[in-house]
Amino acid sequence: MTVADPFTAPGEHATAVTIPYSERGPASAESVASFGFWLFLLSDVVMFSGLFAAYAVLADHTAGGPDGAKLFDRGYVLLETACLLFSSFTCGLMALAIERRSPLPTYLWAGVTFLLGAAFLGLEIREFTRMVAEGAAPSRSAFLSAFFTLVGTHGLHVTLGLAWLVAMMGQVITLGFRPIVVRRLLCFVLFWHALDIVWIGVFTIVYLGAH
Amino acid sequence: MADSPRTDHAAAAAQGQPPGIERSQRGSVLTYLAGLGFAIVLTLASFWAAETHLVWQPAVPVLLAALAVGQMGVHVVFFFHISTGPGDTNNFLALAFGIFVVGLVIFGSMLIMSNLDANMPAVPMDQLMKMQR
Repeated sequence: MTVADPFTAPGEHATAVTIPYSERGPASAESVASFGFWLFLLSDVVMFSGLFAAYAVLADHTAGGPDGAKLFDRGYVLLETACLLFSSFTCGLMALAIERRSPLPTYLWAGVTFLLGAAFLGLEIREFTRMVAEGAAPSRSAFLSAFFTLVGTHGLHVTLGLAWLVAMMGQVITLGFRPIVVRRLLCFVLFWHALDIVWIGVFTIVYLGAH
Repeated sequence: MADSPRTDHAAAAAQGQPPGIERSQRGSVLTYLAGLGFAIVLTLASFWAAETHLVWQPAVPVLLAALAVGQMGVHVVFFFHISTGPGDTNNFLALAFGIFVVGLVIFGSMLIMSNLDANMPAVPMDQLMKMQR
């Protein structure tokens, strides 16, 4: 993957060359909304990178408290990962149903996505309450503060995503597949895929990195 | 204006594709299935690599990082449909800048903090407070 690729692909540039940049007119509303949301997602990932950096620096500072190897259950994390990965997949199938403007598959895959996302969130909340009950609360050590901030922020994003999905289904029911509703739905799909990408970083660095 | 992503190919050719739009309708489900398959294999490989003793232990974090980067790439290509093609220049340049900033923040923080840690005298906190008075 090199940066020069988009400019060097031969033959594929023909359509772009025929119209000068100055005469192409404004981009479609869909392109503007999706690209703007893509930029927001990248800025959100940059925010997560700050939390990842804090975790990486503080992971060994347990202040005599429990460390990651003692607290984390990898089988449990694999289950959480499966929920989120399959919800990302069903979210993609929902995007295909939206592009075909077919309501029933949209509701079906949105429902499956919601249930899998809710299952992920339930597993995470159970894990957090178990850890706090074992005395591994955020105030116990710098490691645990960083852990709850990073994983909790991701969980908060999932919660907001679930609320957004419910709101979007309400809009599809009341407004139908209007262009503005479709744009919002596609932004939601991008948001949900981005959450799964952040989770890859979480399970690799936090859960599998603990030893 | 852009009622359907399929009907507005002229505008897409003029200003580039937004992210998340599949170019060919045929095989879209196959694209998602392929992405899911790759992601499952890479996830299981990550969890296996963390437990295994077949790999030289100091190399395990490097292996985990490689698998994670690979899986993120799979998600970007198969779920976000971002490529390096001509219509994707804007999306790809934004992504490259995002990766650059993320790398700068994470590795910069780790480098600076480990350097501070190495150069800090190992003095208990109460003595350090006395020294400051």
